[in-house]
Amino acid sequence: MAKEMIKDLSLAAGFEEAAPRLPGSDVAWLDALRAQGIAAFRSNGLPTRRVEAWRYTNLNALAKAGFAPVRGDAELDAVPDGAALALGDACRIVLVNGRLRHDLSSLDQLPDGIAAVGLAELLRRSPADLEDLIAPAPEGRDGVLAALNDAFMEDGLVLQIEAGVSVDTPIHLVSIGVPVAGQAVAFHPRNLIVAGAGSRSTLVESHIGLGEGSYFSNGLTDVTVGKGATLTHAKLQDEGAAAFHVALVRARIADEAVYDSFVLHRGGELARHETHASIEGSGAECRLNGAYLGTGRQHIDNTTVIDHMAPGSQSSEVFKGVLAGHARGVFQGRIVVHRDAQQTNGHQLNKTLLLSRDAEMDTKPELEIYADDVKCSHGATVGELSEMELFYLRTRGIDEATARDMLVSAFLSEAVSELRDETLVSAFAERIAGWVEARHEDRTEKAA
Amino acid sequence: MAVTPETIDQLRSVTDEKYKYGFVTDIDADVAPKGLSEDIVRFISAKKEEPEWLLDWRLKAYRAWLEMEAPEWAKLNIAPIDYQDAYYYSAPKIGDGPKSLDEVDPKLLETYEKLGIPLKEQEWLAGVAVDAVFDSVSVATTYKARLEQEGIIFCSISEAVKNHPDLVKKYIGSVVPYTDNYFATLNSAVFTDGSFVYIPKGVRSPMELSTYFRINAQNTGQFERTLIIAEEGSYVSYLEGCTAPQRDENQLHAAVVELVALDDAEIKYSTVQNWYPGDENGVGGIYNFVTKRAACRGRNSKVSWTQVETGSAITWKYPSCILQGDNSVGEFYSVAITNNRQQADTGTKMIHLGRNTSSTIISKGISAGRADNTYRGLVRIQPKAEGARNYTQCDSLLIGDKCGAHTVPYIESRNPSAKVEHEATTARISEDQLFYCRQRGISQEEAVSLIVNGFCREVMQHLPMEFAVEAQKLVGISLEGSVG
Repeated sequence: MAKEMIKDLSLAAGFEEAAPRLPGSDVAWLDALRAQGIAAFRSNGLPTRRVEAWRYTNLNALAKAGFAPVRGDAELDAVPDGAALALGDACRIVLVNGRLRHDLSSLDQLPDGIAAVGLAELLRRSPADLEDLIAPAPEGRDGVLAALNDAFMEDGLVLQIEAGVSVDTPIHLVSIGVPVAGQAVAFHPRNLIVAGAGSRSTLVESHIGLGEGSYFSNGLTDVTVGKGATLTHAKLQDEGAAAFHVALVRARIADEAVYDSFVLHRGGELARHETHASIEGSGAECRLNGAYLGTGRQHIDNTTVIDHMAPGSQSSEVFKGVLAGHARGVFQGRIVVHRDAQQTNGHQLNKTLLLSRDAEMDTKPELEIYADDVKCSHGATVGELSEMELFYLRTRGIDEATARDMLVSAFLSEAVSELRDETLVSAFAERIAGWVEARHEDRTEKAA
Repeated sequence: MAVTPETIDQLRSVTDEKYKYGFVTDIDADVAPKGLSEDIVRFISAKKEEPEWLLDWRLKAYRAWLEMEAPEWAKLNIAPIDYQDAYYYSAPKIGDGPKSLDEVDPKLLETYEKLGIPLKEQEWLAGVAVDAVFDSVSVATTYKARLEQEGIIFCSISEAVKNHPDLVKKYIGSVVPYTDNYFATLNSAVFTDGSFVYIPKGVRSPMELSTYFRINAQNTGQFERTLIIAEEGSYVSYLEGCTAPQRDENQLHAAVVELVALDDAEIKYSTVQNWYPGDENGVGGIYNFVTKRAACRGRNSKVSWTQVETGSAITWKYPSCILQGDNSVGEFYSVAITNNRQQADTGTKMIHLGRNTSSTIISKGISAGRADNTYRGLVRIQPKAEGARNYTQCDSLLIGDKCGAHTVPYIESRNPSAKVEHEATTARISEDQLFYCRQRGISQEEAVSLIVNGFCREVMQHLPMEFAVEAQKLVGISLEGSVG
């Protein structure tokens, strides 16, 4: 089935050379995992669009870019102001090209009951503690990028929230991509998030890029939300304009637990945020929301799979996006209700505005249902701004460009308002406003 | 509120009714040797006294087919099919062809009567002309005279090849090319019959055209090819319905239907499909792989597909519209019912190419027993489809906790002025509604039928009168034995 495989395997090229340098290289189980990962990548290659899960996202450019594992630390003395989300005095953990940087982080501000350690450090210090937490990539062609992460994982955040702890201030993970001159760097951060039973906490990720040039961030985050726990997990993807960003989040949700996630895509040349949520306990709730802003030749992919495996659980999804220029958006959302998951409620909504002639949206909301006592629905719309609404604003003396911006902002605010925390709502709204303004200026310049 | 075991038992005891149309007529068929090869393709072509170009076309298709692989993307669990273990041609012995009903094999007539198609009464019944197909060969066509007055051609495709070769040559494969997909390519190589309809410019067909298909001889795959051409400003409503005798072997069926609608023309194509679905344990039943596609080639042309799919062990079927002409309209109204071990993966494709094209998709899937029912659809808006519009609604109903209902829509929009809306819901049959009916003395089985018919109403109302009544009964029959 060679048609399903991109033949260029250069992403794997540096493995043999890099392996001895990677943390935990003397740990047998990790060696085996890495070997298995690289073997899976080499036999499957990157998926072509013939692989259903990648039907709308073409990885040829990623395969051909010649990305190689990052070497040495990037030079960065400080995180520029305003680069990451504005979250006040939140505890900050900074990864630069996938590596934890203590000098840039504020781990001393960690709230009580929360432990945050770098994966590399933990792999060197007590790898045995991680054996059960690091799960291998899914088998087959769907899991190829995760397999690559298995092979190359080097650092990342290991976050443990003690049972019963309740913290309002978010933990802020800032991932910075710094292109290296003459080198297309790739990094494969691996994050492990464990929210103890009954805990309540918030993790926010800011993915940003500094400077010109390309890099590839291939992240994998495993999240466990314990019984009765609530974890809010928000993410800003605002990578550099030439960056490739692929992220997989695997979330396991226990009884009565709530996993509340949000992702805003703004940057990157090609970005895919993929969430696989398994609702393993009854009475649990899973919320996957997001917004995407595309322009130029950006490609933005949101893929979600929610597995309802226990009775009486709920899931909801709202993804809204705006595409301008030649941007292309993808939404693939699947809700699977397994045999035993009676009394499931699942709702999914995807709405996209196309602002230009050359923008494209491909959406595939999918329901797969094996239990009868369920209520599931999905909806999807693709269209342009309403002429009626524009007219209404114009009659009130608002010029067309401003009226369009107002309607776009209003459209997106619905998705952002899915966030239940005011600080987060305003932090993300600010990013959206910035995008709308930048577009506005861009257009006025062109018109002038 | 869960269904009590008592109601389930009660329901089962009342409802284990066997497939009503299950019987085999013993007819001495003129059969080609078993298996598939270039020789068989030549045999079929020779039997049909076909011109050279058609044989060449068949052979090209056959050679292309050898290079292809059966599609695996559908949510269907299909036992491997041995294409060499089937007959590709069989014809009832009918001599030189009957000129009236009197010349038709009485055994055939008997079969039709069991099916409830009183062929003898057709001419004065309901104004419907019937081109009855019995195992691949048309044996009787009525109302020809009336249609001829209007210049309408309605005959078997084999006759059309003989009598109207230019029309056939011009249009066959123009909507579904012989390389289209595994099953359509197989069909192109070995198709044996089907209908041909040509409606001339400005003519409105004075009656609904109808073909009943039957599958009869053991191990005979059915490969009909239907071609309908509606010239400028014409209108036709075509009805297709089928039943099959009960048997234990899986039977392959791979039909191709091509519709061409030119400027201002409209084709309404309705199907009721109740082929043998196999027994409660999934033994037997028809494998139904159908490629149906319409080309709306002209301005304002319109094609409407309505289907009620209750039969077959496996249904793989996506009646589609290519909306090429400006302002053209495509519609798809579908009810798919699966019970016991049936599997259906069905839906549509609406490809918007022209300006102001619009499409509507209403799909109702009902799954019971241990069945799986999937809606799979594609709506594609191409860059030039200015002002295109699509509305899709897919609803699924689950009866019992061992069945599955799935919705897999693909939406691809490349024009900002297009408006695409998709909605889908899945829920189970309402206990409140069941109780309401039961409380008024309606039996559980009738109540299920009533509720499901209500659920399907938006589709059923698009069926022509002749079908509507039959289809409503079918809904009830198909769900017999399901858990209410």
